[in-house]
Amino acid sequence: MRSHILQMAASRLLPVTLILSLLVFYRGHNDPGGGFIGGLMAAAGFVFYALAFDTREAEKKLRVSPMMLIASGLSIAFISALPALFAGNPFFTGEWISISLPLSAKLKLGTPMLFDFGVYLTVWGIMLTVIFNIMEE
Amino acid sequence: MNGILVYLLILLIAALLSPAIIQRGGRHAAWLLGLISAAGFAMFLTYAPLTSAGEKLSLTINWLPELYLNFSLYLDGLSLFFALLITGMGALVLVFAGKYMQPYPLRHRFFFLILLFEFAMLALVISGNLFTMFIFWELTSVSSFLLVGFSHEKPEARNAALQALLITVAGGLAMMAGFIILGQAAGTLEIPLLLKSGDIIRNHPHYLPALLLILAGAFTKSAQFPFHFWLPGAMQAPSPVSAFLHSATMVKAGIYLLMRLSPVMGGTPEWKYILTITGAITMLLGGYFAYSQTDFKKVLAYTTISALGILVLMLGIDTDISIKAAIIFLLVHALYKGALFMIAGLIDKSAGSRDLRKLGGLFRAMPVAAVAAIISLLSMAGLPPMIGFIGKELIYEAKIGLPDIGNFLLLAGVLTNVIMVAISLTLIFNLFLGPLKYPGEKPKRPALALRIGPMILASVSLVFGLFPSTVADLLLRPAITSIRPTIDTLKLALWHGFNEVLLMSFITVAAGIILFLLYRKVNPVLTRFNNEVITFRFADAFNKGLDFFLSLTKKKTALVQSGYQRIYLIAIFIMTSALAWYQIAYTWKDMAVNVITPPGVYELLIVTVIVASAIFATLAKSRLAAILSLGATGYGIALLFINYGAIDVAITMILAETLILVLFMVVIYHLPKFTSFSSGKTRLRDAGIALLAGGFMTGLVLKAGQVNLSPKISEFYTENALSLAHGKNTVNVILVDFRALDTLGEITVLVIAAIGVTALLKLRTKKGSAT
Amino acid sequence: METILAFVIGLLFAAGVYMLLRRSIVKLILGIMLLSHAINLLIFTAGGLHKGRPQFTGYGMESDIPNPTDPLPQALILTAIVIGFGITAFFLALMYRFYQVTGTEDLDELKEGDTK
Repeated sequence: MRSHILQMAASRLLPVTLILSLLVFYRGHNDPGGGFIGGLMAAAGFVFYALAFDTREAEKKLRVSPMMLIASGLSIAFISALPALFAGNPFFTGEWISISLPLSAKLKLGTPMLFDFGVYLTVWGIMLTVIFNIMEE
Repeated sequence: MNGILVYLLILLIAALLSPAIIQRGGRHAAWLLGLISAAGFAMFLTYAPLTSAGEKLSLTINWLPELYLNFSLYLDGLSLFFALLITGMGALVLVFAGKYMQPYPLRHRFFFLILLFEFAMLALVISGNLFTMFIFWELTSVSSFLLVGFSHEKPEARNAALQALLITVAGGLAMMAGFIILGQAAGTLEIPLLLKSGDIIRNHPHYLPALLLILAGAFTKSAQFPFHFWLPGAMQAPSPVSAFLHSATMVKAGIYLLMRLSPVMGGTPEWKYILTITGAITMLLGGYFAYSQTDFKKVLAYTTISALGILVLMLGIDTDISIKAAIIFLLVHALYKGALFMIAGLIDKSAGSRDLRKLGGLFRAMPVAAVAAIISLLSMAGLPPMIGFIGKELIYEAKIGLPDIGNFLLLAGVLTNVIMVAISLTLIFNLFLGPLKYPGEKPKRPALALRIGPMILASVSLVFGLFPSTVADLLLRPAITSIRPTIDTLKLALWHGFNEVLLMSFITVAAGIILFLLYRKVNPVLTRFNNEVITFRFADAFNKGLDFFLSLTKKKTALVQSGYQRIYLIAIFIMTSALAWYQIAYTWKDMAVNVITPPGVYELLIVTVIVASAIFATLAKSRLAAILSLGATGYGIALLFINYGAIDVAITMILAETLILVLFMVVIYHLPKFTSFSSGKTRLRDAGIALLAGGFMTGLVLKAGQVNLSPKISEFYTENALSLAHGKNTVNVILVDFRALDTLGEITVLVIAAIGVTALLKLRTKKGSAT
Repeated sequence: METILAFVIGLLFAAGVYMLLRRSIVKLILGIMLLSHAINLLIFTAGGLHKGRPQFTGYGMESDIPNPTDPLPQALILTAIVIGFGITAFFLALMYRFYQVTGTEDLDELKEGDTK
């Protein structure tokens, strides 16, 4: 059941969902969103793509294997716990730096953001692993 | 004391490395291991002047002091005496085993186990805390299990190993309970402190249960009646194991414990009666069965049981002289029994049999070993000038003039020694003197590694007998003083004048010779008698009990475990609901919800959708309809979440619900169609159970409305989300900052689920070998 | 509303239990999903219902809201949903393999597999 309309829509929508998911992930600390939701959205985009084409195409589009996403996500989440140790704080204490940007804007970066990014990647990878595996059957 | 700790570690490391050493080290690698053990012997010897001067060393590493659990070491005369016995015997046995075990393909494993045992045993006797001791006590049981079952392809060996393990471990468990009571009574488990609180413990109301439990541990380990039967069974082990574990060390662990606790728990009538009666019965029983055996090793096993009985008896008599006798006899027995077990292995190896009826005149084939054996046997018989004579004289002395059952004990003691004399003479004449007899090939001269152990032990038996005062002051007196601080002198001599003890010795020897002369006639009769009249065997009874227990468990399992998954679920749900309903009914009148949020039309509409779709999903006849309506339930709940301010949750729910729907859509055509298996009656029953369970959930929610979910935590999160964690979305802050470790755990769980899916679907066994 | 939701939760739970007790493995999965819905809703309700009050801070809303929505149950449910997805997917794969290997969807057949 290959539908051209679906395929067109899927390939146009994929980048949009990805950007949207990153945005949702970034917003998450202050507004609705976050790693879990972002990861689910990113996965949803690829699942839609896989439904329109097939899983092999989707995996090609992804470039890396979903397992890679899981591995890097978990590692990032874990690494984010470490800076606190170097700062002499308990494991997993949030450490923040703020970078001044032009136009008196400020960019706040912290280990919780990094952790959330790890969650984002992991959830994304897990969803894809599970769904692709089942779809391939 | 640090030196001892380091030595323990060295021994453990040696155990771990021993397989490699044995495999790579060539034919003489075992000498190196023996050297390590001998180095320990030498090191402990340097402590002898210290303990002899009455010094006590200790070292404590705190572990859980609140529960009296510490890793402690404690060295006094008694520990040192045992430590020397263990390391010394260990060195000789390791060298012996190096040659003896050569034909065994798994010998590297053997050396690991026997060194592990030596480590555990050594740590046991220098433990300064009863729990530290318990741990090593169990380790000796476990390593003994593996050593007895070393020839694991033989069912008898496996059976014997299991029997030994079950009995000693069961005893150990009882002992641990006893230790706990002791700890509660004295407020400590540290041995140096316990030694000072004997009066408190003896007068404590829980003294008797503690004593019985601890004795259960000591008696099982030291093969006392009625637990004695595991020891003859354990003769399935290779001879080095018997020489080490089942003569000199492990079976003495129970004796060690009794000696250690004698100042703490001893001296009461309970202690005296239980120990003397058990010891006397064991002593006689061991003697009788030893006399009626024909297998050399079995004879030795039963004489060991008898000797252990004598030791327990001596500790039970609990006089100055009996304690002295116990320590000296312990040394005597270790020396001759270790040597004899090695000789048994050596004869078995070179003559091909251990059957007394098939062997004879071995002196011609192995003169050196035979001399060592004869010296050891004379020591066993208690004849001068061996140290065994001194031991036996002291034992007689201890038994003379006792009140109550004293006369019975004296008679039993003489009888046992008569049997010992007879057995020793029988072994000497049957095995070594007379014409050469052997069942198979002509016996070869045994190698040096096999001979050296018995030779050294026999010469020690002789030298100590001739010059007893050399060891008396340095080693034996400190050990005795540790048990009974009031004793400060120990004079040993072969000759101590004409008295009733010497008279008894003469009677013993004379009667022994008569019994020896009768041996050839009596033994077959006794063997027949044992086989035909004494049909009751402890080992069989034990096995039967075990089988009965197993079949009982099987029946119970069959009764409880139906194998139907539904039945398990029904049991779980009914039990849980019943308990919860009881609680709800019990607190019914307090049931009132504090906060009532008035429902709006919109919410009521959503609730109606949720309810309707859930009911429809349950009753639907088609897979597709069920799955879709379940999706509707999920979306409905998500709408509720939005309505009550849980935006993040709602988004997550919608996304997850969508992905699940996609998943189901993908596989739905591979799935079986809904089939109705159950009858209407079953369905009605299940509906009843379901309503019961659902009802209690409703009750739970109504109750939960009253409970304040620890507002402090939530308030803390709400107040500090922005200031501490720089985030306005409190839920997200909780997930990635406040409770980040939980989240890490959760995503790990998810990863495992994903790997599980991959494994289930991708990793297939080859076709034809379907799992 | 809490009382109404209490009955909704009870109903969802009952439906889940009923489905779990079926012999068909597909219904077992549906039962588990219903159970997880019920439990999520239970945690949510137990945390207290506050209409239209999101749990955000720092928007100058603290002063208006004397009793803001409890964020903790929400965080719990959020992860529970994602984990619920993982479990459902795992079950789906398990069921699929079960059906492939045994050729049946009757859970009672599992008993036979045990004794072999």
